[in-house]
Amino acid sequence: MASPQPRIGVVTYPGSQDDRDALWALAAVDAEPVAVWHEERELPDLDAVVVPGGFSYGDYLRCGAIARFSPATAAIVEFANAGGLVLGICNGFQILCEAGLLPGALGRNASLRFVCRDVPLVVERDDTPFTTRCTRGRTIVVPVKHGDGRYTPPPGLDPAQVVLRYGEACNGSVDDIAGVCNEAGNVLGLMPHPEHAVDPLLGSADGALILASLADAARTHALAAA
Amino acid sequence: MKRIVRATVLVRPKAGILDPQGAAVENALGHLGFSVSGARVGKVIDLEVDAADEGAARAAVEKMCEQLLANPLLESFEVTIG
Repeated sequence: MASPQPRIGVVTYPGSQDDRDALWALAAVDAEPVAVWHEERELPDLDAVVVPGGFSYGDYLRCGAIARFSPATAAIVEFANAGGLVLGICNGFQILCEAGLLPGALGRNASLRFVCRDVPLVVERDDTPFTTRCTRGRTIVVPVKHGDGRYTPPPGLDPAQVVLRYGEACNGSVDDIAGVCNEAGNVLGLMPHPEHAVDPLLGSADGALILASLADAARTHALAAA
Repeated sequence: MKRIVRATVLVRPKAGILDPQGAAVENALGHLGFSVSGARVGKVIDLEVDAADEGAARAAVEKMCEQLLANPLLESFEVTIG
């Protein structure tokens, strides 16, 4: 029997930009991408959810602050609290922090400049559902594109929650933190865009390591549910 | 009997939190020939609150700050009523 394609949802908020790239990239790593509209109060049957990048609701007040109140976000919080896999990319990371699913907050880049380039990321953990195809201590290359990516952790953040660090100065994040997970390890947020790096033609295929790791974990979930 | 109470919320970057906007403003003021230091950029939110009295309005606005208007990790807030 062929292994089932895991169903991975991608939410589209007003102002989302990278939802289509995320849908495309998930199909490229052999998942079944499922588009989710921000007004949906209940998620369809999914094995994982991706909250994509962009400028949801114009990023008014603070990045991600308004998207926190959308019906789909409430459904994602419920999904995550039940152990569901949730990946937040860029604006999605900001939304998950504002929604309280991830620790910390993201502020304006220290340089005040929008950064848009490939950056090296050091893998700190390869035992999360999002990084099993990566190797701890190795560097992967994934692009960033953001103006508000400077991560400030809460006091006393468990260092084990840091999954990815920038391998060079990027945006002024405390301890060069690029990606963090929640305590349970089923929610990851990161500023770099793995969905923009799933094919060597795009400059790097390293982003596929993260998305394929997620697809693997989601497939395990799908098999368990079958 | 409810009435409209005016409230002003001042949201500031917390002491010790890097404020690149403040640094840029300070630098720009330097270009104009002003000698300034310690520039910090925050935001002002004006509200008209339906409340029984000023005390109730203040309590409501403080809750708004905690739940939405300020990010407690990065920002502090100050509420002025009336």
